[in-house]
Amino acid sequence: MTQTYVEKIFSNKCGKVYSAGDMVMAPVDGAMIHDITGPLAINVFKEMGGEKVFDPEKVIMLFDHQIPADSIAAAKNHVMMREFAKEQGIFNYDIKEGVCHQVVPEKGRARPGEIIVGGDSHTCAYGALGAFSTGIGSTDMGFVLKFGALYFKIPESIRLEIEGKFPKRTGAKDLILNLAGDIGADGATHKALEFYGGTVSDMDISGRMTVANMAIEMGAKAGIVPPDAKTWDYLSGRADVTPFEMTGDEDAAYAEVRHYDVSDLAPKVAVPHNVDNVVDVTEVAGRKVDQVFIGSCTNGRFEDFAEAAEVLGDGKFSDDLRVIIVPASKEEYLKVLRAGLVEKFVEAGALVEAPCCGPCMGGAFGLLAPGEVSLSTSNRNFRGRQGSTEAGVYLCSPATAAASAMTGVITDPREV
Amino acid sequence: MRVWKFGSDIDTDAIIPGRYLTIYDEKELASHAFEGTRDEFSVEAKDGDVIVASRNFGCGSSREHAPLALRGAGVKVILAKSFARIFYRNSINTGLLPVICPEADEIADGAEIEIDSEFRYVMSGGKRYELEPVPEFMKHIVDAGGLVNYAKEMDEVKTCTE
Repeated sequence: MTQTYVEKIFSNKCGKVYSAGDMVMAPVDGAMIHDITGPLAINVFKEMGGEKVFDPEKVIMLFDHQIPADSIAAAKNHVMMREFAKEQGIFNYDIKEGVCHQVVPEKGRARPGEIIVGGDSHTCAYGALGAFSTGIGSTDMGFVLKFGALYFKIPESIRLEIEGKFPKRTGAKDLILNLAGDIGADGATHKALEFYGGTVSDMDISGRMTVANMAIEMGAKAGIVPPDAKTWDYLSGRADVTPFEMTGDEDAAYAEVRHYDVSDLAPKVAVPHNVDNVVDVTEVAGRKVDQVFIGSCTNGRFEDFAEAAEVLGDGKFSDDLRVIIVPASKEEYLKVLRAGLVEKFVEAGALVEAPCCGPCMGGAFGLLAPGEVSLSTSNRNFRGRQGSTEAGVYLCSPATAAASAMTGVITDPREV
Repeated sequence: MRVWKFGSDIDTDAIIPGRYLTIYDEKELASHAFEGTRDEFSVEAKDGDVIVASRNFGCGSSREHAPLALRGAGVKVILAKSFARIFYRNSINTGLLPVICPEADEIADGAEIEIDSEFRYVMSGGKRYELEPVPEFMKHIVDAGGLVNYAKEMDEVKTCTE
């Protein structure tokens, strides 16, 4: 019998063969809560009559959206969550470690074959390490905190076969933007994306995180790269795991199989106000930009900043715009700091902020005025996402962001 | 029932902007619903009004503040050609009923409509629009007032059951 990778995860977890479309009450291996959706989940857990969480060691708590607290309301939510963690015996990473989708994998708390849920839509990011991970709302999370399980309709998978070598100054972000443009904002609703092919094998874990992170932008429930030597290598020293082999069977019942060759891929840009409004950078080159944001759980890792720094070279950022740089976690921050990149960015005219979600969700800082344009390496460009509903957000790779930050207008990174 | 008509890909940032996510009270959230997108909604929406939208309503974030803001404004039912997955589930969990209406595009903004009590069809301007059947378990959760009430009586769940 052949199965998709997702079908194998659910079947292994339950000791019984399941197929896409089956509804199952599945146990979860991890439940992540953060400062925005966490308080509501805790309230729901209590309203449901919850007294002790199902397993404190499987609950992952951290604060990343509004840190350090940017309002009294945020500070009160933090206090409430800290008290809950203490009372329940949950380890709380608090404001110290960074953005949830970076911290969970780097602490070894997302492993191949696991089922993980998180109170954040980009929880699909842990699929970079071969986990079935998905975003859920606070009421579902309250249920999970109480029972350690949740109803899932096992999704069908779209098998993506990616081949070819990325041309200079293009990479994982351009690939996933290209896919979003092709598949559309709702083209994968209720489905999982499974990534295969030589390009994916060649991609480092950072690139795989970029790709899995944005599966939700096509409506997908999960975006998964089955584990290989790179996965186990990343996890070694982070988690107590014994490598195993598991992958989706080529002849399984996929909803669809799509083939891509990245050899001719151009740098891509998602134009306001939808993530699937994707064009080649050349089509929008020359448009004036007021703010450049390099960071977020999509592109806030050392590899992203190294790419941006390479594009920057010995140059400077334009005085006509603001450049905000936010590493995704303490670990990544220390890497860019020790490599001398923080100094380089600050000298070039950027603000470097401590690890957090930053301008990505328009909460804590970096908000836009009406009429302003932001170029961002984050994952969403919805109207009003980074401030005024009369502002516009363009999404791109770190290379395109750095090139544009130097010129003040959207710029093809291949020309810098 | 008055219709508030929306297009495709209405995202959760449009329903409730990110800067209001420290609020959990549904009435207070409702006062910011569709802020910057459709400002009159929070002022004029009345108990029982219906949101009618095209494709992919509620795409984006997992924030439950979105269905809560709509519920706080008095909305109990949303009709759309399709819904984003997390929003769809959050709506049911919070007692807001999302119903698929394949012909939603034909219903006009501001129209007065009647929804059949069994959620089989909608009447608008003398025309009848069919609705996709609402699964029974969903109706039970919504009737109970959401998943919280549904789960209150349960001490444990049996995993790996269908």
